[in-house]
Amino acid sequence: MKPASPDREPRWSDHAVEQLVGRLLQLGVLLATVVVIAGAAMLLATHGGDVMNFRVFRGESSTLRSVSAAAHGASTLDPRGMVQLGLVLLIATPVARVALTLVAFLVQRDRLYVVLTAIVLVLLLFGLFS
Amino acid sequence: MAILVAFGSFGAGLLGALTGLGGGIVVVPMLTLLFHVDLRYAIGASLVSVIATSSGAASAYVREGYTNVRIGIFLEVATTIGALIGAALATLVPTSALAVLFAIVLLYTAWRSGQAKEEHLADTPHPWAVRMRLNGSYPTAEGEKSYAVQGVPVGFVTMFLAGILSALLGIGSGVVKVLAMDRAMKLPFKVSTTTSNFMIGVTAAASAGVYLHRGYIEPEIAFPVMLGVLAGALLGARVLARARTQWLRRLFTVVVAVLAVEMLYKGITGGM
Repeated sequence: MKPASPDREPRWSDHAVEQLVGRLLQLGVLLATVVVIAGAAMLLATHGGDVMNFRVFRGESSTLRSVSAAAHGASTLDPRGMVQLGLVLLIATPVARVALTLVAFLVQRDRLYVVLTAIVLVLLLFGLFS
Repeated sequence: MAILVAFGSFGAGLLGALTGLGGGIVVVPMLTLLFHVDLRYAIGASLVSVIATSSGAASAYVREGYTNVRIGIFLEVATTIGALIGAALATLVPTSALAVLFAIVLLYTAWRSGQAKEEHLADTPHPWAVRMRLNGSYPTAEGEKSYAVQGVPVGFVTMFLAGILSALLGIGSGVVKVLAMDRAMKLPFKVSTTTSNFMIGVTAAASAGVYLHRGYIEPEIAFPVMLGVLAGALLGARVLARARTQWLRRLFTVVVAVLAVEMLYKGITGGM
């Protein structure tokens, strides 16, 4: 990509995108961690003494198996839902990073990388929402 | 139990960051062998912690200009396809077979960590690297240094396998990524490790999304692992400059080898 003027860096230069991507990743991890800690504190306060058993897999009976279920659980201030929302935010962080790079390549009119990034984004969304 | 798991995960994250080998590979054996957690919950929790540490570390590396974003995106096509296939395969492969596969990867990691790494840089790039503008430069003490990218097709295929392994075992599969980027594509160490780290989050997010729907991600077990590994990795990155990594590396190799033997035993005797 050609700079707009010799002494000013374009807004969507590779370097500028790197700074933006770095900030986004930092923000995503921070936000997810805060939500997880809040949920974990509630969980330990209410169920701290419970003996838990994870030897047996009972995935099918779990009620927090989608993005919307986690969001709903958190909105009712259910501790497990809150933790799960934090974990979903964490999983969504790399997805948001890919979406941001897609926008950057679109602005740069970098056709090959628009296609490659779009493929990655579609695959990630398929995994997360299918 | 959550507190104990958090402490164990903290140790895994710390050791993983200090040795540069990643804590993910220790988390699953620790949860299954020590805490008797079902392998599927262990994989879900481990993947979440892998996303946390890789995104946390990547945020710094990418801003410092080491990460090659184009190589990252290109290879992520391979790793995400691999991860989705791996997640689909996970339902078909019996857990005892997964335990044996895990043991093999652990043994390979232990063997690799005992070897000295050699940097092989190339003078001429692969024709695809030119067409796809994969060649780049990175900051060094003597200023920006440019590098040529080799072995693009081999790197792509190897990354596809890394994606499958990542999903099946819940690890970042850094050892396989190093094979692809150091050996086949001949990238400088700083570029290969930071770009691999940049991609690990996306690869893990692909299979973690699928596993969320299958109920592998159990909040009670995933939160102490995620917070523990993240805290350990952050502390590890802080004290890295002052640590005696040679000694730690040996300790890590022994831990990984012992876990490999135990995983192998459990897998063969059907104890998983």
